Amino acid sequence: MSSNRSLEPSSLSLNDLPWQVRYSNDRCTLCGQCTAVCPVKAIELGVFRKRIIKTSISKNAEQTNRYDIFYAIQQRTAVENACIGCAMCTLVCPNDAIHPVKNPGLDRMKFHINQQGVPRRRGGRRNASTSVLDRIKFTRISMLTDPALDAGRHEFEMRTLLGRVLSPRENMKRLREKGWIPPVREIYPLIIGGMSFGALSPSMWEGLQMGVAYLNEEMGMPVRMCTGEGGCPPRLLRSRFLKYVILQIASGYFGWDEIIHAIPHMKEDPCAIEIKYGQGAKPGDGGLLMWHKVNTLIAAIRGVPQGVSLPSPPTHQTQYSIEESVAKMILSMSMAWGFRVPVYPKISASSTSLAVLNNLTRNDYASGLAIDGEDGGTGAAYSVSMDHMGHPIASCIRDNYLNLIKIGKQNEIPLFAGGGIGKNGNIAANAAALIMLGASGVQIGKYVMQAAAGCVGTEEDRCNVCNVGICPKGITSQDPRLYRRLDPEDVAQRIVDLFVSFDTELKKIVAPLGRSTSLPIGMSDALGIDDHAAAQRLSIKYVV
Amino acid sequence: MCRLFALTSQDPVSPMLAIKALDVMKEGHDGSGMGLLLQDLGGPFEEMKEAPILSGIFSEEGIRRLDLFMMDLGFLTKYKISLKIPKKPMEGIPRRDLYLIRAYELPEDWENLTRDDMASRLSNIRLKIREMGEEKKDMMVFSFWPDTIMIKEIGDPLQLAHYLGLDRKELKSRVILAQGRQNTNYAIDLYACHPFFIKGYSTMTNGENTAFIPIKDFLTSRGIAAYTGYQSDSEVFAHILHYSLEELGLGIDGYKHVITPLQENDLVQHPDVHFLSHLKRTCRPLIIDGPNCVIGTLPDHSLFMVQDRKKLRPGVVGGKPGLYGFSSEICGLDAVIPDRDKSKDFQPMHVDTAIVGPERQEVNICRQTEALSLPL
Repeated sequence: MSSNRSLEPSSLSLNDLPWQVRYSNDRCTLCGQCTAVCPVKAIELGVFRKRIIKTSISKNAEQTNRYDIFYAIQQRTAVENACIGCAMCTLVCPNDAIHPVKNPGLDRMKFHINQQGVPRRRGGRRNASTSVLDRIKFTRISMLTDPALDAGRHEFEMRTLLGRVLSPRENMKRLREKGWIPPVREIYPLIIGGMSFGALSPSMWEGLQMGVAYLNEEMGMPVRMCTGEGGCPPRLLRSRFLKYVILQIASGYFGWDEIIHAIPHMKEDPCAIEIKYGQGAKPGDGGLLMWHKVNTLIAAIRGVPQGVSLPSPPTHQTQYSIEESVAKMILSMSMAWGFRVPVYPKISASSTSLAVLNNLTRNDYASGLAIDGEDGGTGAAYSVSMDHMGHPIASCIRDNYLNLIKIGKQNEIPLFAGGGIGKNGNIAANAAALIMLGASGVQIGKYVMQAAAGCVGTEEDRCNVCNVGICPKGITSQDPRLYRRLDPEDVAQRIVDLFVSFDTELKKIVAPLGRSTSLPIGMSDALGIDDHAAAQRLSIKYVV
Repeated sequence: MCRLFALTSQDPVSPMLAIKALDVMKEGHDGSGMGLLLQDLGGPFEEMKEAPILSGIFSEEGIRRLDLFMMDLGFLTKYKISLKIPKKPMEGIPRRDLYLIRAYELPEDWENLTRDDMASRLSNIRLKIREMGEEKKDMMVFSFWPDTIMIKEIGDPLQLAHYLGLDRKELKSRVILAQGRQNTNYAIDLYACHPFFIKGYSTMTNGENTAFIPIKDFLTSRGIAAYTGYQSDSEVFAHILHYSLEELGLGIDGYKHVITPLQENDLVQHPDVHFLSHLKRTCRPLIIDGPNCVIGTLPDHSLFMVQDRKKLRPGVVGGKPGLYGFSSEICGLDAVIPDRDKSKDFQPMHVDTAIVGPERQEVNICRQTEALSLPL
């Protein structure tokens, strides 16, 4: 742009962009791999004109002035082409000539990203790296009066229960009278949370399923994964592997026509049914699969036309009160599988979560409650929802657990915590902290994508384009050119790595606390934090 | 680690016998206190098996308040033992006004009460006296139950026994639980001193209970008034015992399935797998993680010993027909029953419950992997 031309309000310079591409012309071979791989076309081959002046102090020498051209990589500044920092260019560059750098100043693009009146939408996370969970320490270390256990040698039973557990007396009565006892599954306390077939690419989904099957059948770890709202491939519904799957139903009911029709053909019952009422990343807002990702396969599984955006309503539209939206729906889903399958709601963490819990305590068919905190991830959401709506998970789980203690039902309705577990890589410590605050288990999503598939997203607003199907790693894309970058076998291998290493770390935490034979749910005397207010809020020790 | 010794004898014996065992195991306790439970009493109490006996420590003011309180309820003193304390104080033992062991005549309107009603009324009275005592620190009550005496005090067990004159002839019983404390707290609270007693059940334990908080949370939310206290993390073992046997109707062979359920591989091979899976799930918050050795008594005067899942504490059972001992160490047994067949001494391992029944003829070993009596 020339200096004498008028400026548009959204004319941005490189300095205004959130990510700036550093490039070394000396090292570049102009191979073109970086421009080919860039998911947002943030860089292009530029042709530059350069004036070369040759002067001399000698009177006789000729003074020359000539123009030359050279080729180099150029960063584009249009809002839609702003670099997302994914660093795929760095990954493919044979000469280490290029890498994106986070703009240390204020990112002015934030003010211009709402072109055509559409606010920013993105996938990913809240982009806040602070974590209360990371600050919780395990301070009750067994020493001499109760010797610490050996994480490598003692036997451990790190299992949890998913399902409505009756009180010991009531259960005994029903055993005696041969009454109905709600179904309960004994599962691993780290659960792969709901990420739909559609939000995830076929390679990613297949890899997850293979990894989960391997963990169950070869490693003896009863790991479960939730489908998210998007149905389930018909072949899986009719296979014995369905028992490792938690089927999710949400307000769009996507894929449930297929599921209901498959019930008579199911060889195994699913592990459980999760009814999604809310999601931590965008509480009060429905699911969203943008049109970019709705291809033939996804459309078929979900029972919708191809190429249209699929927003689920914020609430289940046929229901108007808590009795209907919770009690009736739980009962209907239980009935569909002959009361043999646990059914539980998933809600977003909120100051109203307790009301839902209290309602569930009086409903024998409610098998648990999954609560998703504000740090939960999403495939697509409005930025304003992700950044400003929601409730942290730690205090929400604690409030709910303490409430269960008050009414004596702490073992009866398991609470599952999600949202931000391992957001800074400390997955076992975060999970153990939540379990000791009262969770029966934890659900993870983003961590799985990062660890098992190499998702490049970070809390620094890096990448976050899961919503538009251009995932450079092929994790959340429905474009075969992208998802074939991901080998399902490799994903499965990494899933196994993830769970096996998590298991070792979990033992390394609980063994020094003297615990091995049962998951230390609610063992809050083991916890401390270096923040007085947080300690009081969570009813744990303040340690400095 | 505290040292424990329990005995069950055909003929009433003096508590000095158990205290002798504690004394030989002295290396294992620091003289910071002793707890003593006497049941199936001999001597003068032989004739009043139904009369509830109040055991505790009172100040002069406290005893006056107690008398008024008990009279209001219609209780009359039937018999008492006054422990005479030497005038000269002994170093390491606090000065008290009165160690109370007093049997009461039941009020008239109590006569037709059911066993459960009687148990809960007696327990409520004990809790009320304890609560009253906590206001002014003038009353401490350890048990209020027929045929049961409890003595707890700070100090070295043998010195305490001489100080309190526990060798007196009226003080004899067929069941004795004795614990020599190894103090791990700065201030010694007598309510934290083992054995613990609840409605005819009593346990003492050594080791620390790492799963204390979730267990306590579970017990206190059962709506049973007597599930309270918890100055010691070991008190829950007595309450879990009561809960398992009274509330769930299990036998003593089921207790270990509550506190240390079988793990998956063993469970699936158990003849009662269906029942035990349900028990394990529903009683999950009561699972202990040790390291603990639990010795306890039941209302029928059976004695038992169980270990945690990892068997991280010592414990041995041995004796001869008519006299059996449960001890932290073999030297304790040797001191009390030297003439037993030592080849039959038994050290319960992680799946065993060792039980000596009220007949005191043999040690029954109940393995957790065997079928159990189901309350169905």
